[in-house]
Amino acid sequence: MNTEISGVIFTYLLTLALAIPLGRYIARVFKGEKTWLDFLAPLERFIFRFSGIDAKKEMNWKQHLFALLTINSVWLIYAFVCLMAQGHLPLNPDANPGQSPDTAFNTAISFLVNCNLQHYSGESGATYFTQHFVFMFLHFVSAATGIAALIVLFRAMKDKVTDKLGNFWDYFVKTITRVLLPISFVIAVIFAFNGMTTSYAGKDTFISMQGDTVHVSRGPVAALVAIKHLGTNGGGWFGANSAHPIENPNYLTNTTELVAQVLIPIALVFALGFYLNKKKFAYVVFGVMTIGMLLFLIPTMNAELNGNPAIAKMGVSQTTGAMEGKEVRFGPANSAYWSIVTTIISTGSVNSMHDSAMPMSGNMMLLGMMVNCFYGGCGVGILNFYIFIIIAVFISGLMVGRTPEFFGRKIEAREMKVASLIALLHPFIILVGLAISSYVVVHMPGADWAVKPSSWLNNPGNHGFSEMLYEYTSSAANNGSGFEGLGDGNIFWNVTTGIVMILGRFLPIIGPLAIAGLLANKKFIPESAGTLKSDTTTFGIMIFAVIMIIAALSFFPALALGPIAEHFSLK
Amino acid sequence: MKTYLLPSLKLTLILIVITAGIYPLAIAGVGKLTPGHGDGETLTYKGRVVGYALEGQKFTKDEYFWGRPSAVDYNAAGSGGSNKGPSNPDYLKDVEKRIEDFLKHNPGVTRAQIPVEMVTASGSGLDPDISPAGAQVQVARVAKARGLSADQLTKLVDEHTEKPMFGLFGPSKVNVLKLNIALEELKK
Repeated sequence: MNTEISGVIFTYLLTLALAIPLGRYIARVFKGEKTWLDFLAPLERFIFRFSGIDAKKEMNWKQHLFALLTINSVWLIYAFVCLMAQGHLPLNPDANPGQSPDTAFNTAISFLVNCNLQHYSGESGATYFTQHFVFMFLHFVSAATGIAALIVLFRAMKDKVTDKLGNFWDYFVKTITRVLLPISFVIAVIFAFNGMTTSYAGKDTFISMQGDTVHVSRGPVAALVAIKHLGTNGGGWFGANSAHPIENPNYLTNTTELVAQVLIPIALVFALGFYLNKKKFAYVVFGVMTIGMLLFLIPTMNAELNGNPAIAKMGVSQTTGAMEGKEVRFGPANSAYWSIVTTIISTGSVNSMHDSAMPMSGNMMLLGMMVNCFYGGCGVGILNFYIFIIIAVFISGLMVGRTPEFFGRKIEAREMKVASLIALLHPFIILVGLAISSYVVVHMPGADWAVKPSSWLNNPGNHGFSEMLYEYTSSAANNGSGFEGLGDGNIFWNVTTGIVMILGRFLPIIGPLAIAGLLANKKFIPESAGTLKSDTTTFGIMIFAVIMIIAALSFFPALALGPIAEHFSLK
Repeated sequence: MKTYLLPSLKLTLILIVITAGIYPLAIAGVGKLTPGHGDGETLTYKGRVVGYALEGQKFTKDEYFWGRPSAVDYNAAGSGGSNKGPSNPDYLKDVEKRIEDFLKHNPGVTRAQIPVEMVTASGSGLDPDISPAGAQVQVARVAKARGLSADQLTKLVDEHTEKPMFGLFGPSKVNVLKLNIALEELKK
């Protein structure tokens, strides 16, 4: 078999083989059962004692949200101040300046919300201090926020629970000490031994073979790149992200980064089954998500392996596939796989430049972010999926004339209102943003910003439109990848995407927790002959249909103007 | 609010120390044990550092094997791709120009023999590799410029072809800098 395709299959199977035991382990950690990392308990007790937290105090869903939002506000202010002041802070060997207020606003939100949209370039726009003490710190805590919120949902879905849903601090800290830190450590060691830099030395200079003077950016990269993927963050050290040879030196590190970013999202699906003791339900969820992934992946790999028809016409050999924006050591098949997993799972790191991908691939990446719950980001993927489950239960209930019930609780008007609002929020913030930016490009081309609207788009026609569509979709989905040709380093994009990112993060966390909290307070109805079964293929198809209708079809007009039109014009 | 604010501040402080202080320092310690001592592995020629093993550099002279076109001119302190879309007419003109330039420097080579990576920019602008076919197609030019036999260079390229991971996964490739250093050493 073609070694490029076998590489992709191997990577996915390895991910699955590791995700199932990890899911079982995560379920044990949060059920409070014994695990082999229990020797870390004294560290956790120390953290709680230092912070003055009683980790055994039960919270209801509102208290969970208060805790989550309070600590997130602290991080936002901390990150904003550090980024503005980075020029005067230590660990700045390359003497990079502080960020402008609007860039710092965008960057602070971006890393806080696990999005990692980057309107600066790591080599010149950040310091070693901010890379570690802001970005890497937020990589850990934003992923842990998502996972802790999901554990609250798990708890609320358990039988006969009322409003005692565990302790937020307990879930949050244990996510870091029991899951993120130990795995990141192992991954970073693999990276270090494959050539990723780890020292705090600044830029180096050498004279090349041909006699050119070359400056080389470096830094303690390995530690950050590990959690960047494990926490589905995606914000890289260098401008070129994981296409950069130091941030991703070879096929082995590439495989490791790919496994790391998909690992926890898949593990959490299995954790759901183990935690609730409803394995069949977890298989249905996993099945829907996997079919969704394949639906996006196969056309993308096909498009990239076939290459660019416009270049084929020039007569050069495209046996390896499309290579613009790609690296030889990964190849088009692997780059295609990466571009799909990074978009379905809100990571947003890249090992090839998405702006140069084939139109069909760009279309699938956009759909991945529009759906945003095929596996999805750390914790939030399943929270998004939960909204679609609620809607699917309600619609199926109406179709067969039964009371819509999910895990023994009646779904009524209040829950449906919340679910509908959250489901519609995503298209709303993307399309409104896109409409405003399109208007600005056409009617205010000379506006006096750092980058004038007339030079925002790096490509003409439909592809230029796709660049703007991608930017807002990526922001709303908290993905962070980009069609990087877009001139986004100016106040318009910094402010508008900043707002979209923050809405796209916290409302989809608040909504599902509110629904779950409301449902947990209702009377538990034991399963009977009249209950709609949620662990069947039929129900899986129902969820899939709801996702496709709500998440994908609402974007069809925008997609038709962007990547779809480009696809048909490229012959 | 106070119930949550004070614990939030303290918890933030201690987690910063653990995740941004202790963790990367531990990794930096491990990095000291690696071949490049965590600073990045360099390659030397005649006792002088001529580049980083992982990063590509600019080769434009006929007597060297060339790497891929770079959107940032191999600036190792400012990586990036072209971000040109596949249907962009200006971009397609650039590619056509690169093809013509390649043909001019490599007489006897036909269009169909040029692998696409030799005329398209990489994602990082620092791609250290080309495909084995991309190296072989340049053998005649380099041999002529250096007065070496083509067979000798074909063998050199074969020796520097790195096979897929475990022989099973991913593409084959040739590191251009390593190949060019070996080429210089061949002359002695």
